[in-house]
Amino acid sequence: MKLDDALWGAALMLFSAALWVHVQGFPTIPGQQVGPSALPGALAVGLFVCGAILLWRGLRERARAGAGAAPWVERPEWFGARPQVIAFVVLVGVNVAYLLVVDRLGFIITGTVYLAALMAVLRVRPLRALVIAVVMTLAIHYCFFKLLRVPLPWGVLQGVAW
Amino acid sequence: MVFDPYTIVVMLGASLFGLFVGAVPGLTATMATALLVPVTFFMPPIPAIAAMVTATAMAIFSGDIPGCLLRMPGTPASAAYTDEAYAMTRKGLAEVALGAGLVFSAIGGLFGTAVLMLAAPTLAEVALRFSSFEYFWLVLMGLTCAVFISSDRPLKGVVTLFFGLLVAGVGLNNPAAFARFTFGNTELLGGIGLVPMMIGMFAVSEIIRFVVDTEAQPLIVEAQIGNVFKGMWALTVKYPVQILRGSVLGTIVGALPGAGADIAAWMSYAMSKRFSKEPEKFGTGHVEGIVESGSANNSALTGAWIPALVFGIPGDSITAIVIGVLYMKNMNPGPTLFTTNPQNIYAVFLLFIVANLIMLPLGWMCIKVAKGILRVPREVLMPVILLFCVVGAFAINNTGFDIGVMLVAGVFAYLLEVNGFPISPLILGVVLGGMLEENLVSSLIKADGNVLAFFGRPIAAALGITTFGIWLSPLLTRRRRRMVAAA
Repeated sequence: MKLDDALWGAALMLFSAALWVHVQGFPTIPGQQVGPSALPGALAVGLFVCGAILLWRGLRERARAGAGAAPWVERPEWFGARPQVIAFVVLVGVNVAYLLVVDRLGFIITGTVYLAALMAVLRVRPLRALVIAVVMTLAIHYCFFKLLRVPLPWGVLQGVAW
Repeated sequence: MVFDPYTIVVMLGASLFGLFVGAVPGLTATMATALLVPVTFFMPPIPAIAAMVTATAMAIFSGDIPGCLLRMPGTPASAAYTDEAYAMTRKGLAEVALGAGLVFSAIGGLFGTAVLMLAAPTLAEVALRFSSFEYFWLVLMGLTCAVFISSDRPLKGVVTLFFGLLVAGVGLNNPAAFARFTFGNTELLGGIGLVPMMIGMFAVSEIIRFVVDTEAQPLIVEAQIGNVFKGMWALTVKYPVQILRGSVLGTIVGALPGAGADIAAWMSYAMSKRFSKEPEKFGTGHVEGIVESGSANNSALTGAWIPALVFGIPGDSITAIVIGVLYMKNMNPGPTLFTTNPQNIYAVFLLFIVANLIMLPLGWMCIKVAKGILRVPREVLMPVILLFCVVGAFAINNTGFDIGVMLVAGVFAYLLEVNGFPISPLILGVVLGGMLEENLVSSLIKADGNVLAFFGRPIAAALGITTFGIWLSPLLTRRRRRMVAAA
């Protein structure tokens, strides 16, 4: 999603103003004039200035381009293409699902479903996808659990843990 | 002692380990060192140090490989020139990029070793003169370099840099130990991790781009990687100044406590662009930047050992861990190390030389293996890499929060790049934000709010003036260009 520079400039100015107000509430280091508000405050000022320049430049570009200016919000070209939209939704969805269920179902099952779902949506043949999903999940599990000792959750498979 | 069969076997094993860890996005060279510590408990001192030196040298090089071939840097040190290397791959020059990364890393490492052997005490003395004022200017100079890397859109680069600095400010890790921007969330008290963010911004956003690409074309890489050493001599002859400059800068930055290979790589890349005769080619797939920053990040690794060996002050996070190991093995760092058991130190020097030399054949082998991985069709490769990244992000702190950070960072980076905002300054802002703030606040407290104190000390004044010079130089060059055009 491509927003016009002027919009970004305006958004930045609002954000930096909010940030400035927020950091005023920070306490100072006891006995000193400077505190944890020093750098964020300076950054807020900097972002405000940058936002103002972006806004000015964006408006100037639009004025110069006149009728041929780009739209304020430009939708990405893949928004219309169904396979890509589905792929994106699955990509986001499968990651959210991973976060939610990995502790309950365990890494091996969640990982297999994760890989199989992603490959299916990328048009890999189903049987091939499933086999690769199982093999690679086990391989990744071996690398991280055995070699690097990362505590990947077992979940439902706790009974057969190795 | 170095050519003892046990040591050699240890070095080979550590090299393979380092190559693997460096090549997986999310696993860093520091992590490789930390993971080796329990393994080295049972080893005599020389093989233990051999393992660490070899593993880290390999890891810093092998981070270049996925960066070049997949646009996913394996370690933060490679992030500085990932875009350039990937642009070279798209132009069909992957073997030149990888070869340059390999050969000039080895040369940089050897240069750093030479400096370590000859000039360690002198350099350490200069490093000791650095106080918070000097560090503040140094960090500011490094950040300025980051913005000018993306100098076709410096304004947007400054915006993302500021965002990066803000992200670094989240959490308890500030001079007042005040919980900033945590909004009640316990996980955020520790701040937003750099590594999950980096994986997200490079790897996840690349995968998003792949998934939504309506005209997916296979990237034909296999044919490109023939002999990676071909043409390297020609490059050495063409860019000797760059190699030297990169190695020198890398060694100096590495010698400064707290500044390591990643900062060295960024600064060196920016310096390369600044002093290049063909600056417009940077970003389109030009090898000069890779030559210089490849030398810099490996020489920084060796430079970091200078304060570590001479004073016991770590030059970067890797040497911090190694110092602990040195103490455990009764090789207490400090002047006595050079006088009581000098054969140990000479063995360490020799180790460095050997490690950088075996990088050449082992790195070549690693590149061949990597090329094989790229034969795998991307529909299969990308989901597997994504799962690797998810687990890699989890592995750092064993918390699902980091996975969430990675995903959010990935989507955010995708949006930013679509809108023309460069993400490299953001990463550097996160890396250096803590150091910048700490030195800024300490300096202000020391100076009682007097801003002129920032120019009071000689080294600080020199660095400060250089930084201002870098800020003003694009304005000067633009004015000069306009005058030339008008004439």
